[in-house]
Amino acid sequence: MLNEFDRRQFLSRGFAALGATWTAAHWPAVVAAAQHAHNAAASAAPAKWEFFTPEEAREVQAICSCILPSDETPGAREAGAVHFIDRALVTFSVDDQKTYREGLPEVQKRLKELFPEATLFSAAPLEQQEAVLESLDEATAKVPSRRPRGGFRPGSGAQGLFEVVRVHTIAAFLIEPDTDRLGNKGGVGWTVIGRENAHAFQPPFSNIDKGYPGWQPAAAAEKGGKA
Amino acid sequence: MSAELPKYKTSEVVDFVIVGSGAAGGILAKELSTNGFSVVVLEQGPYLREKDFSHDEIKVLQEDLLTNHPKLQPNSFRKTPQDKAKPQRALVYGRAVGGTSNHFTANFWRFHEIDFIERSKIGPIAGSTFADWPITYADLEPYYTKVEWEVGVSGLAGASPFDPPRSKPYPMPPLPTKASGIIFERAARKLGWNPFPAPMAILSEARPGRSACVNCGFCLGFGCEVKAKSSSLASMIPLAERSGKCEIRPNSYVHKIEIDEKGRATGAVYFDEKKNIQRQKAKAVIISANGAETPRLLLLSASKQFPDGLANSSGYVGKNLMFNTGAVSVGVFDEPTNDYKGYAVSRILHDFYELDANKVGFYGGGGLDARYDMTPIGFALGGLPPGSPRWGKDYKSLLAHNFTRTFEVFGHGTSLPVENNSFSLDPELKDAWGLPALRLTYKDHPDDLKLAHWLADRSNELLDAAGAKQKWTYPIDEQQFGVHLLGTCRMGNDPKTSVINRDHRTHDVKNLFLCDGGSLVTSGRGQPTMTIMALAFRAADRIMDLAKRGEISA
Repeated sequence: MLNEFDRRQFLSRGFAALGATWTAAHWPAVVAAAQHAHNAAASAAPAKWEFFTPEEAREVQAICSCILPSDETPGAREAGAVHFIDRALVTFSVDDQKTYREGLPEVQKRLKELFPEATLFSAAPLEQQEAVLESLDEATAKVPSRRPRGGFRPGSGAQGLFEVVRVHTIAAFLIEPDTDRLGNKGGVGWTVIGRENAHAFQPPFSNIDKGYPGWQPAAAAEKGGKA
Repeated sequence: MSAELPKYKTSEVVDFVIVGSGAAGGILAKELSTNGFSVVVLEQGPYLREKDFSHDEIKVLQEDLLTNHPKLQPNSFRKTPQDKAKPQRALVYGRAVGGTSNHFTANFWRFHEIDFIERSKIGPIAGSTFADWPITYADLEPYYTKVEWEVGVSGLAGASPFDPPRSKPYPMPPLPTKASGIIFERAARKLGWNPFPAPMAILSEARPGRSACVNCGFCLGFGCEVKAKSSSLASMIPLAERSGKCEIRPNSYVHKIEIDEKGRATGAVYFDEKKNIQRQKAKAVIISANGAETPRLLLLSASKQFPDGLANSSGYVGKNLMFNTGAVSVGVFDEPTNDYKGYAVSRILHDFYELDANKVGFYGGGGLDARYDMTPIGFALGGLPPGSPRWGKDYKSLLAHNFTRTFEVFGHGTSLPVENNSFSLDPELKDAWGLPALRLTYKDHPDDLKLAHWLADRSNELLDAAGAKQKWTYPIDEQQFGVHLLGTCRMGNDPKTSVINRDHRTHDVKNLFLCDGGSLVTSGRGQPTMTIMALAFRAADRIMDLAKRGEISA
């Protein structure tokens, strides 16, 4: 079975031994096979939490499920978002540990403020959960949409818990499935947004470019403008 | 193969030490070493191979697998020299063997004839140090051709009526056309404009040891696992190493160029991977560290002989910085375009390359391209229309609908050189090696902002003509961050207003040469790497000519 390291090794040897033409012809099959194998291996949930207590994990899972709900299609739960976040907090998001540890009780507190009869966030009805998160999202809801500069960068530990969980959940849903980050399990997030779980494509890429004859001088093109 | 690679002792006086292995440094290393000169390339970053590249957005874009890391090398920003700079990320550049060419978009427009002589044509512009180049398009044309054929550029000669003269066609046909390109092409023609296949530094046909593009969709920001993207790493570094005369020395952070009592460069001082200080001796030094790190290194190399920084008698080291103007409009369409498949750009147009200032009311010009350069997480965090839900069922539905139905029209344009716009040394902020951090000072020339709005208007006209169901433009603000790092050690005939001469030799130090984005005199219309590579091929010829005539070490 190919793991990530084997896959890279295999591809590396492929270049050296077989040359670029072979690689170009076989790349899609190579990647697909490696990914399938890796996804199968990664499908089981990890046995132990690396950062969360089981109680914290349950509450985070509930928040994640509000952010990307499971409805007609898979959501954060199926993508393994809470496992992704648990690992993130001991790897690339160590700076956010405090935000989670101190923020989760705040979520509980807000639930009690809004719904005194409620017990746990994870046990509350969906409407109550959404009301709590909407109240936490007020500060950031009016931020104008803007093109991320320099690529994707989750927020720092200074941000409120909700915004951090929101970014983490989205990342968990859409991260490349062929990693050890435990997110996008089985590629479900990519399937939901319509991205094929592959790393090589051949044209036509869509119905629009199917049958396109290629660039022609304006005078020769069917809808020619200025020649 | 690695056993055959040369290892030079630091005490050995090599012919050339080159600082930086990116778009310019990689070409200079290849040209000099394959012509018999001994070369050591000192690269700040690691030597990553294709097997180390990844499509993990966190690893690449957040953990800066390929780029400068803000924790190790923080920056600061201020708008004007009167302001106190505040720490903030001000630039991204490639910090690995291959430099920024590993992760660039690969848009490879040639500059046009006008770019080199525009100051003479239109006269001075208030608030700008606008100048002509000391070379012309004709001087550079053979080297543009060399880039296309040796590095590998796909495209279609003669497809644009605005293209400058060329001595050869492209070596390979354009890449497959994406749906965004087809929609863009049809809409542009409705408007009477002239769209054409984008010249891209990505292989459409395999070459020995390199695959044609496999359309993986992780292109801008990412390294190419199949060597289809024509980075220095894929195209030039292997040839340099194969010469047996070139050592690529990664994790070597040069922080000083040493000068002898005669005012000549004797080598480069650097931190090795363990932060030990090393000195590589050389007969001549070439700095190709990019338009931010090259001036920083010169300023860090200040001495009694050169109190204002090395090669800075003009006072222009680090100044006249140009980022290029940009404006992005986005359209959502009814039918899936699936533009996540493939490279970023398949169609562009140059109808607005040279705008008439008397008609539009400002100086400038640019081009438009149809592109999709966002990867899944980036799209989900920043690719939906303003005012969209940010979480919950409606957010998820919108994401599921729009991801395959969105593309951008990107307007790229000129930036005017402004003396105050600069990279300099922050007096307080230090990097992880204890060196002064880069401080950015930048305030767009008013004409640049007018151009950005003008290009956005054209992009929106195009999206309307294309039948976009929804469109919007990202806010056009004053720039506080850049990736095109241009003009900071510009070339010129007058030592009072330039840092290097037409041969890339510094006016002040006979055996010190600079070649990278900093060498540019004007910004072009938004795609500088092709010109940086052409300059590097030309610089190599000029430097070798000087060396063979004994005019460097004499």
